[in-house]
Amino acid sequence: MIRISCPFCGPRDHSEFSYGGDGSITYPALDAPMQEWHDAVFLRENICGVQIETWQHVNGCRMWLLVERDTMTHEIHSVRSAHPGMAAALGAEQ
Amino acid sequence: MSARRLESGGRIDRTTPISFTWDDKSLSGFRGDTLASALMANNQRVLGRSFKYHRPRGIMSAGVEESGAIVTIGRGNRTDPNIKATMQELYDGLEARGQNAWPNVRRDIGAVSGLFSRFFSAGFYYKTFMGLPPFEWGRGTGLWMQYEKLIRKAAGMGAASREADPDCYDHAHGFCDVLVVGAGPAGLNAAVTAAEAGRDVLLVEQDFELGGDFLNQPGPEAETRRLSLIAAAEKAGVQIMTRTTAFGLYDNGTAGLLERVSDHLPAPAAHQPRQRFWTVRAGATILATGALERSVAFGNNDRPGVMTVSAARTYLNRYGILPGERIVVATNNDSAHVTSDELAMAGAQVVLADARSDVARRDRISVRSGVAPLQVLGGASVSGVKLAQHRDGAWRRAETESCDLLLVSGGWSPVVNLLSHRGAKPVWNAENACFLPGPTDEAVFAAGSAAGIWNVDACEASGIAVTKTAFGESATLPEPGGWQAPIKPLYEVRLPDTKPKAFVDPQHDVTSVDVRLAHQEGFVSVEHMKRYTTLGMATDQGKMGNIIGLALMAEALGKDIPEVGTTRFRPPYTPVAIGALAGRNVQGHFKPLRRTPLHDWKLKEGAIMTDAGLWHRPWYFARSGETITEAYIREATTVRETVGICDVSSLGKIAVQGPDAGEFLNRIYVNGFGKLAIGKARYGIMLRDDGMVMDDGTTWRLADNDFLMTTTTTNAGKVMVWLEELLQTRWPDLRVHVTSVSDQWGGAAVAGPQSRAVIADCLEGAAIISDEALPFMGVASARLKGDIPCLIARISFSGELAYEVYVPAGYGVAMMDLLWGAAEPVGGCLYGLEALGALRIEKGHVTGAELDGRMTLDDAGLGKMASSKKPFIGNVLRQRPELTRADRPQLVGIFPKDRSQAFNGGALLSVPGEDTGHGEGWVTAVTHSPALGHWIGLGYIVGGHAAWAGKPVIATDPVRKGDVEVEIVSPHMYDPKGERMYG
Repeated sequence: MIRISCPFCGPRDHSEFSYGGDGSITYPALDAPMQEWHDAVFLRENICGVQIETWQHVNGCRMWLLVERDTMTHEIHSVRSAHPGMAAALGAEQ
Repeated sequence: MSARRLESGGRIDRTTPISFTWDDKSLSGFRGDTLASALMANNQRVLGRSFKYHRPRGIMSAGVEESGAIVTIGRGNRTDPNIKATMQELYDGLEARGQNAWPNVRRDIGAVSGLFSRFFSAGFYYKTFMGLPPFEWGRGTGLWMQYEKLIRKAAGMGAASREADPDCYDHAHGFCDVLVVGAGPAGLNAAVTAAEAGRDVLLVEQDFELGGDFLNQPGPEAETRRLSLIAAAEKAGVQIMTRTTAFGLYDNGTAGLLERVSDHLPAPAAHQPRQRFWTVRAGATILATGALERSVAFGNNDRPGVMTVSAARTYLNRYGILPGERIVVATNNDSAHVTSDELAMAGAQVVLADARSDVARRDRISVRSGVAPLQVLGGASVSGVKLAQHRDGAWRRAETESCDLLLVSGGWSPVVNLLSHRGAKPVWNAENACFLPGPTDEAVFAAGSAAGIWNVDACEASGIAVTKTAFGESATLPEPGGWQAPIKPLYEVRLPDTKPKAFVDPQHDVTSVDVRLAHQEGFVSVEHMKRYTTLGMATDQGKMGNIIGLALMAEALGKDIPEVGTTRFRPPYTPVAIGALAGRNVQGHFKPLRRTPLHDWKLKEGAIMTDAGLWHRPWYFARSGETITEAYIREATTVRETVGICDVSSLGKIAVQGPDAGEFLNRIYVNGFGKLAIGKARYGIMLRDDGMVMDDGTTWRLADNDFLMTTTTTNAGKVMVWLEELLQTRWPDLRVHVTSVSDQWGGAAVAGPQSRAVIADCLEGAAIISDEALPFMGVASARLKGDIPCLIARISFSGELAYEVYVPAGYGVAMMDLLWGAAEPVGGCLYGLEALGALRIEKGHVTGAELDGRMTLDDAGLGKMASSKKPFIGNVLRQRPELTRADRPQLVGIFPKDRSQAFNGGALLSVPGEDTGHGEGWVTAVTHSPALGHWIGLGYIVGGHAAWAGKPVIATDPVRKGDVEVEIVSPHMYDPKGERMYG
């Protein structure tokens, strides 16, 4: 059972969360060229090791999180709010 | 074996006899007995038949590793097969039966299969089904189709009941600082040490009594020590669970426990589950799981009357049974010596056959050095054992000892299973001939004999020391081992060039010959050997046989055991019932049921419900004597001619609010929303990033910064998650807040020519719903009679003049009473999903059947909705070449050529005579159209209506209905100009 430390709710079982996808993707502007959209939507690294993922605390505070997780060991290195403003505010609090 | 209960001794309560049945024969035991000990006390020898060869089997152990005494208990719907008699507590009225035998385990016709044992060797299944020698004559004959039935009948275990399980099972969650698994000398000390240091401790024990090896020792000292440790644990606040197995360890200190709440009772009490499945999150886990004694491979080592030495000690000291009168104890290590003494003291004649040389004499016992068992004599019971002596590098025949019980100790294997679950590879310890727990970075620690420590005192010390190190304190950990004389590794005894029936994994009938055959046939990796021979794949998971198998493979390869390695243990440690995994999530609780605020009201009005996702929605409202077809045709006709009311509360509703709400909607919908006037609704479609249609629905502008979005019932959750993702991860600068309000509103669609009049009847002021005040796609806030606040939107899914009326959920029933009170007198009806479907199919309106995640806007005929004035999600990738090909399927309407015929949803659309492959398209939905008077459908076909108008097409459905000739028409099959909804 993976456990994720939600920055808003504290440590919770992963069953409260739902996996989003690759958290390293920056989505292009809505009118960006097709190639950029193609790359952002379809190209993914298959990482053995630490990767950034999005998860939503869907059965909790419903916040989207950026999670650094090791795909080999399930070890979680960091969790922060995916919303940059909230992440900054929480960071300033600590 | 002639076992008998002693007059005194043991932990059983001789004043409380318990009656039970074995193969319908009434027997008696005592409180404190297991089924195995009670059967042994009654001198029952043959308790099972083996998996493949149907060889007679008896009790081999006194614990979870049991591979012989596997029986079926209970009756009818409480039948429980494959129960290890050694683990089953005796209770009054327990019914036990032998299994995998006919007519019974003592006289089993299936035993003839032992004569064909050559055919059942390693890789039997593969060889049989692939037609390899010796089964080459079966290849390609179709004969092998029959093999499976025969094998299934002949092989296998007990039969499960076909009746529903009458018991319930619970799921529970627990938390602790320290989880201690096993309550023996090490575990009790670990628990006390941790709890006295202020930790929150959970101690779990699979047995019904605490104490582990303390329970197997004679005399009062062990009992005094056991009781004082239990008292200390209770005083320190240790939470103790007996009859509970930690069956698996998972990430982050999570352990799976199975608590057998009432398996020791005839039936659970009314308030009790049968078992409870625990998920426990522990800060640290201490494994005091003990060690299991293993056997040695020699001829007929599976006969009833051959068991481990420690098992005999348990039956003697815990259950007060002398398991045999003339006993040969065969060992290669010190642990058997004390048991030999105790058996002799209890009155047995004991021969100690120690494989090591120069073993010292012992009182009352005949000691033989340098010998080991070669072959057991006897069939259904042991009559003697041929011994062998190791000379000049090989085993040689020695004398025969007559006996009625043969006890074997081939060494001890620490229970490293739970650490193995975590990926910690066990490490071979040559000095003690066993695998020790492997290293791990996790907070999981092994203590006592699970760490290879053999003496009880050292185990106690280990429990304390390991717990201290777990807390980061310094402590001296006892070294593994503890015997005075070293063990002599011994895995197999056979004369050169012989092939005895020597069992490595008795539960799966895997012999030493099978292991060598696997090696000969090239399966040299232990993981391959395991799968090819099925060694270690029975319900005991190789607890007794794995090490022997590894040693034999190592010998065949000419390698050492550590080079061969070991297979990885996987959960569960002992079997877990499927019912325990399911818990309470069965039948009506298999998934949550969502009820709209109008649920009970609709049931009262005769709704027949159907599943729509998690919701129950009305399927149709049957009048007496009506079939579903008659009902929905009547309902749809009534909507077209007068008025119908339908609960639409389950539609997803999301409040989209904030200064940038209009901009946000512009980005997610293909069409424009930024300039939508206040008091207006608009139908919108949203795409995924990849350009496929995601969902559709109307969104209403209630105020400048306040929109109410509706989604389809099925996608409500998905759309909400999507909006949250966009706002939090992609567009954090947008000042928008989204709130799910699906459950806050109850809603009804009122559709049909009389709908305006019906709603007007219910309003405080009817003027608000006039055509001028509320034109098509208008939204108004109003009050129903009784001062009920409501929102009315003039939108139409049926194509008729229609409204949706929403009230705060608590007013739902009041709203329905009002609307129905007005609609019923004018001949209106309530309608369900079947009529709703008929009405929308007639109009060519799409739902999830058409927007199935593979369709583009253009495919669904909605391309003209896409705005060219603004970018939106999915706009770029929907223009990919593959998605803009002219020969993509397009939405069409479908009529049967012969209007009296019906056709099926799911049928393929093909050119007549070319009904192969995927055809040209498919049918998504069909209905009998009350308006048109015949069956109609919606579907997709390559090129759409324009390409197929007037051409012959068949709806082909080979497994159900066959071919029906159809015509492709426009999807707008009824009122194509849409005049009716302007009423």
